[in-house]
Amino acid sequence: MTTITDTPRRTTAVEIADISKVFGHGKGAVTAIDGMSVTVGTGEFLAIVGASGCGKSTLLSLVAGLDGPTTGAVDVGGHRVAMMFQEAALFPWLSVGANIEVPMKVNKVPKAERRRRVGELLDLVRLTGFERKQPHELSGGMRQRVALARALAQDADVLLMDEPFGALDAMTRDILHDELERIWQEKGLTVLFVTHNVREAVRLGDRVVLLSSRPGRVIDEFPVEGERPRRIDSALIATQAAVITDRLRQEVSRHA
Amino acid sequence: MPEADVRDRDREVHGLDALELQPKRGVAERGFGETVRKVWSGTWPKLVAVILVLAAWQAVVWSGWRSDFVFPGPDKVLPTLVQEITTPEFWVAVQVTMRRALTGFALALVVGVVIGLAVSRFTPLRTAIGSLITGLQTMPSIVWFPFAMLLYGISESAIMFVIVLGAAPSIAGGLVSGIDYVSPTLLRAGQVMGLRGVQRYSLLIIPAALPMFVTGLKQGWAFAWRSLMAGELLVVINQQNSIGWALSQARQLNDADRLLSYIIIVLVIGIVIDVFFNWADRALRHRWGITS
Repeated sequence: MTTITDTPRRTTAVEIADISKVFGHGKGAVTAIDGMSVTVGTGEFLAIVGASGCGKSTLLSLVAGLDGPTTGAVDVGGHRVAMMFQEAALFPWLSVGANIEVPMKVNKVPKAERRRRVGELLDLVRLTGFERKQPHELSGGMRQRVALARALAQDADVLLMDEPFGALDAMTRDILHDELERIWQEKGLTVLFVTHNVREAVRLGDRVVLLSSRPGRVIDEFPVEGERPRRIDSALIATQAAVITDRLRQEVSRHA
Repeated sequence: MPEADVRDRDREVHGLDALELQPKRGVAERGFGETVRKVWSGTWPKLVAVILVLAAWQAVVWSGWRSDFVFPGPDKVLPTLVQEITTPEFWVAVQVTMRRALTGFALALVVGVVIGLAVSRFTPLRTAIGSLITGLQTMPSIVWFPFAMLLYGISESAIMFVIVLGAAPSIAGGLVSGIDYVSPTLLRAGQVMGLRGVQRYSLLIIPAALPMFVTGLKQGWAFAWRSLMAGELLVVINQQNSIGWALSQARQLNDADRLLSYIIIVLVIGIVIDVFFNWADRALRHRWGITS
């Protein structure tokens, strides 16, 4: 296992300590995660890569507190955690603005303040003036930006992303990488970004964590080099991605 | 990032958004003539259907299948109908019937929603009475009347009892399947945002279940309306004027003209309410983006 030496020391935002997660029991039990430990620094952009069955989504559910680990512990140190999925999962009966208001209603933010923040967040994701549109009137990329605004409306400083751009076309995805990077920097967020796209991981991550499949555990870590904003088609990304892809293929062929 | 870069980025994003949005096809072209044509194309088939029905009806009457006295043609019924709806008694009857219908439906709504929520919330309850709800829906509500009259006597309560038994299962059923089919993706999103308890229902589950709930309401209304008509024919309260009473009066007086005009009125009320439910259904679907 490689250790990271070249990222600056920071305070810890998320501490995943030797967790395992078993679904079911007895003969039919499935171990999704087995002995996984990851430490995510405050303000770090951590990309998590793995093939199918590496427990990526399970991991995020555990960090979000939607589910508890079978053994081990996840410590988010009192940070608020928001999450985004591959689908925007906006409420189709609400306008864009009202969707962004939902988490603020949960947090009992007063109405005037909600309105003001909706405006700010829409500006942030460059959807100024789309407040009254219905989700189905928007494109997939725009819906994901609304979902991002909604996640930010939770006032979270840890953002979990479960293949959020997986269903988008390459052009839109490139632009959303730029957008996400900008917002991450502006807001000083800590991001756990799960993807099966190695280039995407290298494009965005400060560090890439590689997971094994069935059960999921950390098999390797790669600090990412290159100044931001990185271009996904640059040679620097291509060479780093090639190394990670090789390692990933080794892992996949182990299951043959 | 340099200022120029930021502006370029902004233009990229907005350009892509503009390209990805569906162009609105042909909306601006709709002028007055277009509207008239649209209304006409929706109207003439209905008009033709009405004319065909009237013609067929008249033809049967002319064939001499039954005497004019028991089976009058539209030439006699329609004038009676017009005459009938200009009398104040008619409107009193409609008012009484509609008041009963709406009160009964409102009661059924409350009962149906409470039962529906309870069944979808508590698994043992679902196991216990889930199939009972479906069973009740298939029961002809008229079989409840003898029992209802025994319980409540010849009173409006007897009618309400049967309406609730007829309509509430459909309403509860619509709500239960609406809640069952809330998309798991939305439920997960709600969970992540911390929606819990009452807010989970008010902000997520109830609105998400609404389209199917409306379908249940529509079906519930149909049952309520049928139960009410049966009730008004069977349970005649102190000679009180109502549509059902007018029907049975007309039969007792062998007044076939009036009898048929009231049947037409019952049909028309049914159609009007159906149009209302369809409109609500379409409005919901439009908002949800299910249809274009």
